[in-house]
Amino acid sequence: MIEVHNINKSFEDNHVLKDISTHFEKGKVNLIIGRSGSGKTVFLKSLVGLQEVDSGEILFNGRDFTKMNLKQRKEIRKEIGMLFQGGALFDSETVEENIVYPMDMFTNMSLNEKIERANFCLNRVNIENSNQLFPAELSGGMQKRVAIARAIALNPKYLFCDEPNSGLDPITSNVIDKLIKDITEEFNITTIVNTHDMNSVMNIGDHIVFLYNGKKWWEGTNKEILHSDNKELNDFVYASELTKKLIGKNNL
Amino acid sequence: MNFFFHLGRYFLLLKQVFAKPEKSSIYFKRIVNEIEMLGINSIGIVIIISVFMGAVITLQTAYNTENPLIPMYLVGLTARDSMLLEFSSTIIGLILAGKVGSNIASEIGTMRVTEQIDALEIMGVNSASYLIFPKITALVIMFPFLTIISIFIGIIGGWLAAITTGALTSYDYIYGVHYVFVPFYVVYALIKSVIFGFIITSVSSYQGYYTTGGALEVGRSSTRAVVYSSILILIFNLILTQLLLA
Repeated sequence: MIEVHNINKSFEDNHVLKDISTHFEKGKVNLIIGRSGSGKTVFLKSLVGLQEVDSGEILFNGRDFTKMNLKQRKEIRKEIGMLFQGGALFDSETVEENIVYPMDMFTNMSLNEKIERANFCLNRVNIENSNQLFPAELSGGMQKRVAIARAIALNPKYLFCDEPNSGLDPITSNVIDKLIKDITEEFNITTIVNTHDMNSVMNIGDHIVFLYNGKKWWEGTNKEILHSDNKELNDFVYASELTKKLIGKNNL
Repeated sequence: MNFFFHLGRYFLLLKQVFAKPEKSSIYFKRIVNEIEMLGINSIGIVIIISVFMGAVITLQTAYNTENPLIPMYLVGLTARDSMLLEFSSTIIGLILAGKVGSNIASEIGTMRVTEQIDALEIMGVNSASYLIFPKITALVIMFPFLTIISIFIGIIGGWLAAITTGALTSYDYIYGVHYVFVPFYVVYALIKSVIFGFIITSVSSYQGYYTTGGALEVGRSSTRAVVYSSILILIFNLILTQLLLA
């Protein structure tokens, strides 16, 4: 479980995160949603320490990440898997080398064990016969799936996903969403997904935090989101004509 | 103030770079790989430039030394000492600042803007050390070898120019190359090459590592890497010459 207490983050005069407190539960897919520029990415990067918060606490199972030194942070980060928006695969390495990489760095597994584990992770994300391909030879969806495979290579306790569906077609997006949901439940990990894709919200949003102008504006489940009377949230959820028609809120 | 900000950040980055590696065997493999990428792959251009530099120095010296009181073998001496003292370390350093420096800055800069460096950090890897230490080590090891190759090839280039144009005889040239040889000049050239190798890799890595934005900024970082490395090479060339030869 990850708990966040009163975090603030500014870039010079721009106050991006304003006193945000929430929690992300284990075994659930937790979504951070909001419009572009609402602070989602800064929030997600703050949680993993890629951005330093100005104040507040971030507790990983009770351990305050903000007060840790570099060595302690490194230990926590070995428990974290992250899927970046563009995949962030190492483009000079093959698919297999990308997945073996964290095992090379942090385990004493034999080469056979590492390849076996890499194959297991690739099978888990439904990729076969692509071990020797380079990232540039893969489609966007495949790159995301390989990135997920790399993220789960060391059995993480926490999985962070930054806009996993960006640049993907709706069908591939569903595949990625289902994969994230299945992996979260199968390995009982705490998953946090940063998205503005309403399809993902309805498909996998066990717990949703809506950010608006850097503040936590609303929090709930994907069932509750349909019955919210929060104006800014409804503006976001029903921004698409298709969503309005499908859910039947034409009169909003 | 901006200068001191970058200077401070550069030294903080170096502190990270020279931190204890996570796994020495991985770093060793990367160093070997970088030796090939930065060093071995530069041998071709070093040979081409050196042979022409040696040839031009020889011909220019020969054509400008028409006074019968000046013995022609001094052309060989001039070619040798020019290669030793300046061309094989400084000029090759400037060439490598362009070839290797832009390569390093664009490689690391692209990794930064495509979040590959963030991915390393999230895994708990010291990204600065993992990416930069092997490059610095590789070029600091390889640059002295490139310098020796350059000196050797430059002198041969001068000899070829001398005998093919008839500017001076083979005997005069070879006699000049042997004449009043100061072994410390080789040490001086090698010391310069080690320091220039460090400047090129560390400055270019710094520019790449702190790239922000997209493709345009990667290009700018690459340009800055070449410009700043070149300027620093010239400044340190002056300082080292004063310190070592005065």
